[in-house]
Amino acid sequence: MRKRIALVAAAAFLAVAVLVAAFVGAADLNPLATAAALLHLPSNLGPLDRAVLFQIRLPRVVLGALVGGLLALAGAGYQGVFRNPLVDSGMLGASAGAGLGATLAIVYLGGTGPGTVPIAAFVGSLAGVAAAYATGTAASRHTVLGGGVATLLLAGIAVGSFLTAVQTFVLQRSASDIAAVYSWLLGSLSAASWQQVTTILPYAAVSSLAILLHGRHLDVLSVGDEEAQALGLRPGRTRAIVVAASALAAAGAVAVSGLIGFVGIVIPHVARRLAGPSYTSVLPLSALLGAGFLVLADTLARTVLSPAELPIGVVTALVGAPAFVWVLRGTSHVGT
Amino acid sequence: MTAACAAALAGCAATASDTTSTASTPAAPASSTPTAAATFPMTVKAGNGAVTIKAKPTRIVSLSPTATEDLYQVGAGSQVVAVDDDSNYPADAPKTSLSGITPNIEAIAKYNPTLVIASQNTGGLVAGLTKLGIPVLIEPAVATLGAAYAQIEQVGQVTGHADQAASLTASMKKQILASVAKAGSGHQSLSYYWELSANPFYSATSNTFIGQIVGLFGLTNIADKADKPADGGYPQLTQEYIVTAKPQIIFLADNEAADGGQAPAIVAKRPGWSGIPAVHDHEIVGLNDDIASRWGPRLPQLVAAIAQAVERAPQQPAQ
Repeated sequence: MRKRIALVAAAAFLAVAVLVAAFVGAADLNPLATAAALLHLPSNLGPLDRAVLFQIRLPRVVLGALVGGLLALAGAGYQGVFRNPLVDSGMLGASAGAGLGATLAIVYLGGTGPGTVPIAAFVGSLAGVAAAYATGTAASRHTVLGGGVATLLLAGIAVGSFLTAVQTFVLQRSASDIAAVYSWLLGSLSAASWQQVTTILPYAAVSSLAILLHGRHLDVLSVGDEEAQALGLRPGRTRAIVVAASALAAAGAVAVSGLIGFVGIVIPHVARRLAGPSYTSVLPLSALLGAGFLVLADTLARTVLSPAELPIGVVTALVGAPAFVWVLRGTSHVGT
Repeated sequence: MTAACAAALAGCAATASDTTSTASTPAAPASSTPTAAATFPMTVKAGNGAVTIKAKPTRIVSLSPTATEDLYQVGAGSQVVAVDDDSNYPADAPKTSLSGITPNIEAIAKYNPTLVIASQNTGGLVAGLTKLGIPVLIEPAVATLGAAYAQIEQVGQVTGHADQAASLTASMKKQILASVAKAGSGHQSLSYYWELSANPFYSATSNTFIGQIVGLFGLTNIADKADKPADGGYPQLTQEYIVTAKPQIIFLADNEAADGGQAPAIVAKRPGWSGIPAVHDHEIVGLNDDIASRWGPRLPQLVAAIAQAVERAPQQPAQ
């Protein structure tokens, strides 16, 4: 019952966030005319305002929801697989790989078209996870750490550090690109378009479905590999599928928005506080809450200093961190 | 050597008769620093405070693309032994892998310089070189055209080319004034958007160096409404605002930028931008990114490019 209420509340939260986001912005569109235009009723919104609403504002809201949902879902997936609450969507070399990919594209492929950086970030993110996963699995056969989980995380940290070092080295060689790379690293939805939405939609659909279907498996996995095996689950296989799906989700998000922190680690905890530790509810809740949270954060980013805007990464942490502490405090009597 | 001379004709001619000519004409009339134009040792006030240069520098390392352009245009090109990896003009400047943003003191010292010029004091540059007894001038990004001229004149002064520097700035002023006179300086009804980068959309307000230059023509800057003290005059604009502000001219200073480059044709195709007057009037101006981001002797070319756009723009009465 509590789970169902939480899910309905999260869905309502997302709906409200999207509605608010659709109605506010630097363009100061008339709310009534905006509502009419959104409902495809006759509206006195001029062609320019119409373009602002349908070509600039709405794709940004939708993209924000997709990115937020994917990041939170990937974070929840990783936390389940690794039985570790400090893991987030950028783990296992995902963020570092994306950063390296984007940097290489900006430094060496500059001028070959605006589509190169997203593709490079996407490929880099997946390659980073693949490298970390391969290293981790190979290493876990030869270590006393056992379980594979800790070794995998450590391998992720090593691969991530290595990739970040390569990225810094490349950037150092081409200091004139620092501003462009830095902007990308901070994350941004400011140039969102329907094209970006349709580009990541397939990856979003496949990865979300794969992660959401593994909620029960992650619950079983949480008791430990051996116990899970005794219950008829193949931990290695579940781990591989959820890691691959989470990597795909995070890569899709990163490709269109750069590195947006905080969402992937924090939202799953909020979900857990709301509906308990079962991944059957943590996963869908994370997706809904992450989507709503990022839409609201981005709305703040583009309206607080209007007509200027803030980097979204600043907002997610600046608003998100205190809110998260409040959630932790306010519900601490519920237990873990 | 001949190549260097061809690139800086005036410079080579002057270097030959340098000591005599400057000594016999101690105060160049146009120079802002009339006393002791070329008597070494001299002490000048640069971005890093008072700097004493003992003798006319014969081995100069430039770590700033603007300073490199200054040096060659005032005729000190033959004294330059190394320039940093971003100094791409003039083409025959001795480009090295030295970095002005993350400078390596040892690597700089290897060139045995008698003067180093940089635009920022990062990585302990000044402290490190001072320890080695190498004088450093920090010539930082300027805020006004007057400061840009003064910087060129200082570069001329410390390299023993005060006269050429003075005539260079005089000619720059003349060209800029001519451009403004031709296009007119009262275009308040024309609005413009200056794009430094897309995704996110960074712009420059009228308070910036570049904003003041466009301001010579009286144009209205759409970024001014977003001006906050904290962003130093370079706000990040929301796309919604750029479109609804309806700029009549768009200047692209990220024309050749790293992230794919934003050619006018690409900008025109951005979703939702077709209603912007600058887009349907084809008033999107792709600038030379280097000239638009430096404060050196090629500024008249930037002003001319802006003047051209202003002259071409459909002149609309103020609404």
